[in-house]
Amino acid sequence: MLLSIKDLVVSYGAIEALHGISFDVEEGEIATLIGANGAGKSTTLWSIVRQITEMGGRVVSGSIEFKGEDLLKYPPHDIVNQLGITLVPEGRRVFGNLSVLENLKIAAYGRKDNKGIEEDFKRVFKIFPRLEERKSQLADLLSGGEQQMLAVGRSMMNRGKLMLLDEPSMGLAPILVKELFENLAKINQEGTTILLVEQNAHLALRYATKAYVIETGTITLSGTSEEVEKNPEVKKAYLGT
Amino acid sequence: MTLDFFIQNFINAMQWGSFLALIAVGYTLVYGVLLLINFAHGDIFMVGAYTGYFIGTFLTNNFEIKLPFDLPSWVVIPLTIVATMFITALVGVAIERIAYRPLRNRGAHRLYLVITALMFGLLLEYGNLALLGASDRQFPNLFDKIIYSIGGITVTNIKIYVILLSFLIMGILWWIVQKTRWGMAMRAISYDRLAVPLMGISVDQIILFTFVLGSSMAALAGIMYGTAFPILRFNMGMLVGWQAFIAAVVGGIGSIRGAMVGGYILGFTQIFVAAFLPSTYRDLIAFVVLLLILAIKPTGLFGVPRRTKV
Ligand SMILES: Nc1ncnc2c1ncn2[C@@H]1O[C@H](COP(=O)(O)OP(=O)(O)OP(=O)(O)O)[C@@H](O)[C@H]1O
Ligand SMILES: [Mg+2]
Repeated sequence: MLLSIKDLVVSYGAIEALHGISFDVEEGEIATLIGANGAGKSTTLWSIVRQITEMGGRVVSGSIEFKGEDLLKYPPHDIVNQLGITLVPEGRRVFGNLSVLENLKIAAYGRKDNKGIEEDFKRVFKIFPRLEERKSQLADLLSGGEQQMLAVGRSMMNRGKLMLLDEPSMGLAPILVKELFENLAKINQEGTTILLVEQNAHLALRYATKAYVIETGTITLSGTSEEVEKNPEVKKAYLGT
Repeated sequence: MTLDFFIQNFINAMQWGSFLALIAVGYTLVYGVLLLINFAHGDIFMVGAYTGYFIGTFLTNNFEIKLPFDLPSWVVIPLTIVATMFITALVGVAIERIAYRPLRNRGAHRLYLVITALMFGLLLEYGNLALLGASDRQFPNLFDKIIYSIGGITVTNIKIYVILLSFLIMGILWWIVQKTRWGMAMRAISYDRLAVPLMGISVDQIILFTFVLGSSMAALAGIMYGTAFPILRFNMGMLVGWQAFIAAVVGGIGSIRGAMVGGYILGFTQIFVAAFLPSTYRDLIAFVVLLLILAIKPTGLFGVPRRTKV
């Protein structure tokens, strides 16, 4: 198991946001965590990258293991540098005062192999040619779709083992969403495991092999994408059919 | 106004503005990464001046403990500069480690951090007073002063060095912030601090680097100040620090370019007011001018874009 979460309880002050959730992500797959607003999806991801304290929360109990190792003992920057887990955060959060190229460079901060970094620039630009055209432009001036590409590109700069994505489809035109998800599938085929958080269940279930449904801090359903898609509750609540 | 008179004051203003700019940059650097107004920074400048005083006095063999030989000035000057920068940076980093970081990690409100900064500044000041006494100190002569007279203008070699060196230092700082990976991380933090660890960067490390940078620049300013105005007093950091802080705010706190421009604007205003009016009017008018600038542009001249709301 690549990522294994057990009985994770996370609170913001007195408010418990996750009531002991458990789920696994296997190496090589695309897994998805779907749920409505406020279900606790982002909370889960910020906990995995060890930044939940900065968000004002706290892991109360439970465990997060990466390749069988306790992840909670690593400082946030080593989650990226040593374990190779990257997060494409909700709302993209590209550095608007840095150029596109600098945004990619800064994502390779912990690396010393200049040659490999150059190769990864090429890899990113091959998947997102639009970023290459705009590489010396400030990230602030990119369109929303381009910023999302940049956010994904950034997390490719670490040759990460596991990429976490928090609602990457948000705010994008359908055609861009499709393009982005095709690219995510490509990145996955190149060897990066993906955990995809989405409100757009249709989309997530189409690309993922395994799915978990989270409702107000509890995982209520899990299974293969087909199983979850067929579930009548899911159909009613998330697929609108 | 004759041309000579103008040039004379222009040069004086360049020197004074350079001091203010160098110190202002220290405020703005820390603000950029921490959103903290580091009120101890003026006193870091004082620590720099005094450290330079002790090291310079020792190396020029004017201290109680004597070296068995005399050192040439081409050894004394770089050694004084490097050692002073090093020690002052240590003091700056120590304050960050002892005072600010623990508070930050426990989620203290920013007001407490600012007050802590203010108190640490006072601590340095009155620590100085208690340990070294109230008498002024005479900064050592690191090299001989030469006075050039051209027409009605007199310029010392010290003034020329101060102005040129300040430009050089600010150029280097500009390069560090714009071209190095540490500088890139500093800029990223000022835009969206929470996203920085996601890039595999230790925010604490960048903060430390920022304090090293700001403090060693204050140290250089301290040495140059001591060379230009050789009388050191325990509260010099407070007096110059406040002015530099205001210069940084007028320039747009968080903006390096702003701090530099703000420093020179204040320097020029003060010197030129004093050139035409009784010197008691100097600061009154200078600060009125700055207030007017802020009234017209409340974010300062070069306010910086920022994602995380202040
Ligand atoms: N910083 C915070 N302080 C207090 N409560 C918070 C904080 N962040 C989130 N919460 C609460 O925790 C719960 C889970 O929030 P979370 O952001 O994880 O949901 P989400 O599934 O990502 O929702 P969305 O789809 O809207 O992004 C919500 O009830 C939310 O109000
Ligand atoms: Mg969310």
